[in-house]
Amino acid sequence: MQVVRCHRISSSNDVVVSTLPLYRSAPPLEVRLEDFELFAVDRLRVLKGISDGLSRGKKPEEIAKLAMDLWKANMRYPQATEDVNKDNISHFVLRLVYCRTEELRKWFLSMETALFRYRFHSESSEAQRALMSEFNLPYKAVSNAEFESVKDKLVQVARSMGQTLLPADAIFYKVPFEEVSELVAGRRVFIHKGHAYVAMNQVVSIVVTQFRSHLSKALILTNRKWTSTIREQEKDRLTPIVEALCTSYLGPDYSQPKEFAEISIKDIDQIAKTSFPLCMRHLFEKVREDHHLKHGGRMQLGLFLKGVGLKVDDALAFWKAEFAQKVVGAERFDKEYAYNIRHNYGREGKRTDYTPYSCQKVILSTPGVGDHHGCPYRHFSEENLRAALARMGVGSRIVEDVIDKARNRHYQLACTLTFEAVHGSSCDAGINHPNQYFIESQKILQSKNGSMAQ
Amino acid sequence: MTKDEVENGRDDMLIDGPEQANAVPDGFNANYLRIYYGKLFPHADIFKWMSYGNDGKHPACDKSYIGRREFSFTLENDIYIRFQSFNSASELENSIKEKCPFKIDIGPVYSVDPAKRHAYAQSGDNVFTPVERELVFDIDITDYDDVRYCCTGADVCLECWPLMTIAIKVIDTALRDDFGFNHILWVYSGRRGVHCWVCDGKARRLTNEQRAAIADYFRVYQGNENSNKKISLPGHVLHPFLARSYTEVLKGFFEAKLLSNQNLLSSEERYEKILEMIPDGSVAAELRGRWQEKKRSSMLKNDINVVRWEQLKHALQSGKQKAQGLRRCVEEIVFSFTYPRLDMEVSKHMNHLLKAPFCVHPKTGRVCVPIDPNNCDEFDPTKVPTLSQLLEELNRGGLRQDAEDEWDRTSLGESVTFFRSSFLHPLLKSCKEEIESSYNTKLQQAKNTLSW
Repeated sequence: MQVVRCHRISSSNDVVVSTLPLYRSAPPLEVRLEDFELFAVDRLRVLKGISDGLSRGKKPEEIAKLAMDLWKANMRYPQATEDVNKDNISHFVLRLVYCRTEELRKWFLSMETALFRYRFHSESSEAQRALMSEFNLPYKAVSNAEFESVKDKLVQVARSMGQTLLPADAIFYKVPFEEVSELVAGRRVFIHKGHAYVAMNQVVSIVVTQFRSHLSKALILTNRKWTSTIREQEKDRLTPIVEALCTSYLGPDYSQPKEFAEISIKDIDQIAKTSFPLCMRHLFEKVREDHHLKHGGRMQLGLFLKGVGLKVDDALAFWKAEFAQKVVGAERFDKEYAYNIRHNYGREGKRTDYTPYSCQKVILSTPGVGDHHGCPYRHFSEENLRAALARMGVGSRIVEDVIDKARNRHYQLACTLTFEAVHGSSCDAGINHPNQYFIESQKILQSKNGSMAQ
Repeated sequence: MTKDEVENGRDDMLIDGPEQANAVPDGFNANYLRIYYGKLFPHADIFKWMSYGNDGKHPACDKSYIGRREFSFTLENDIYIRFQSFNSASELENSIKEKCPFKIDIGPVYSVDPAKRHAYAQSGDNVFTPVERELVFDIDITDYDDVRYCCTGADVCLECWPLMTIAIKVIDTALRDDFGFNHILWVYSGRRGVHCWVCDGKARRLTNEQRAAIADYFRVYQGNENSNKKISLPGHVLHPFLARSYTEVLKGFFEAKLLSNQNLLSSEERYEKILEMIPDGSVAAELRGRWQEKKRSSMLKNDINVVRWEQLKHALQSGKQKAQGLRRCVEEIVFSFTYPRLDMEVSKHMNHLLKAPFCVHPKTGRVCVPIDPNNCDEFDPTKVPTLSQLLEELNRGGLRQDAEDEWDRTSLGESVTFFRSSFLHPLLKSCKEEIESSYNTKLQQAKNTLSW
């Protein structure tokens, strides 16, 4: 194993100081077993905090602040060198923890990448440039002559984002557009003949892409090592710690219906009224009304219903009864739609049992023409949201509170408020998952029924 | 006409000479299709295309390449066969002729032969995974139902087809000028839309995430059925891509064609839809007032839609409104009615299947012919050759010796020629160069390591 390069040392003779490691290789340090676990838990607190912030639809600036606060609170030591050690150790421990399944890798990869992004952002521009050179990126700054030739376009892009192009920003890197996907997706760069012109204040996107792809490959390798050797070698020592660490911190799995397992088709209308969150209630009403839903809606509602406890045969019957009434004949339904439903239940294709969508996924979806899925608090116009809330029986004063939350992009808080208003009881945990909404709702309703019966 | 008669008709036509050639009834059936696949479908060209130069003799050719590509067939009774693969042009041709698929779809190139995927499944690790796929786009006229009044659903006419034409112009220009792609094939989907295949090596190797980024670059449409404003263009100015699309294509089309073609402002019901998009209620109210009153005093020589549009623009762009950012609203209206609406999911994922060019659409009987993006204004979906028309033309020409270029005698000839000269040949040329240069780099590297 190689000594991890600490920037503090490598740049001993001049001013550039960065404590942000790139985690190229594991540190050759001795770690006490308690620290092994403690450090990892501290880092997890940071990652989990970021994950929660993202799923609550917080703005990038808010998340950035949140991430740095969490970092300071959990990862700082009086001694800077210890900081770096803890940073490195905790990262590599969590690699072990989160390398073991596709799902875990995906979560870890996006949270670590987000963390890296905010930490990089908070570095000075000298330190940023130094980090960039660590990556050995082959990109050169755009020459003056070239800059002048595309200047108009660059100004136009900056203005389209509500910024002005200052002379100081005049350093641009020309990179293949594939390397800066997020800038392309947001139309935040000028692209010409396959090259994106990336401003100095956007280089974080280049670096993050690199970071992400390194980490992604590393996780696959770690997984191989884990399954081939480490798990067995460490079965009395590290393996139990590693296996316990991830379960304690991942949200619950809603793919298998739990407490209120099994609902049947005849109850479904009643339950939809009392216990479905607005996103699902809307889809449900639409399918009853139009006897059709486009793909995105079928997925969102279908997987939710699976989580709620609708058996595959009942699900098939439900969709078929609706779809057969209109556009689609029973025969066409069997051919075109039944496969997908069975697929969702893991009865076809890869046979993966797909999990119901979380709030984060629903909020981030991009419904288009004719679509009804997505998060109503985000995707409805105010009027439509108001009308929908009124139909759920939310009082007009609360409706305004909900609208206010939605306007400020606190979609999940808006949903939590709605939940509280509809059920007349508080929901301290907040709503993070449509199926959680359902379960919480059922709990309250059943306890009410129970107390009435007594 | 009963089915028997149809078939008799076909027999006659095969046996008899040119005199009775006109007796091919319209329609789509397995018998017609069999002749089409036998004599007209350009099997070899499709195979050449899908090989991307790897069927050559060069030592750097990847011999396994074509055999890892998924083809899937939809047979007569909606039987769906996925994950087929072919190692040679004759294998592909024989299978198509034998199975006579109503639809042929093309999927990605996988890491291993898709037909043998189960053999690899046992080994645990995810070895069976898509590794290459053209960047594809699917634009469907049914997604424009809220902005066209001439047709709905799968119907399309010459009034609404231009929406597809401008979609081609906007996307094609951006793919070439912005993203730097060169090998782009546009195809009529046979009924209600167009498909686009971007075939540059770089495009084929994009990850899902990169595909999604490109799709998002093209997306301006936001919100679903439940939000009023579907297009929102924030910022002081438009991004250069949107600005170019607006000034070079959308604005002119909207004002010169769509406004009058679709009578966007002629009736109350229709202009209300546009007034709803104006965020300032007083401006909308003022326009509404004027339009309700002036119904009678219409200026006969001018199109009412154009007159009202000028009034709306004036109201929104006059001096005092400018500061309030209402100016952008004119652009938002034009974008809402004209900007291309892509089926995002198709473009985002490597493993989406897309219908192969030169298939015949079962509902219309029309062939999925390539569209020339440089002359897309001339493309007329109602003039695309149908299966029965082609068979008729074949008959008229009588039997010939050389079975090679039968399409030359039909109206399909033009399409095949275009496919070859403006898409396939330039593509294969650059594939060869790519293979050659990657080979040389490898040689060079090998040399370097040896000398070291």
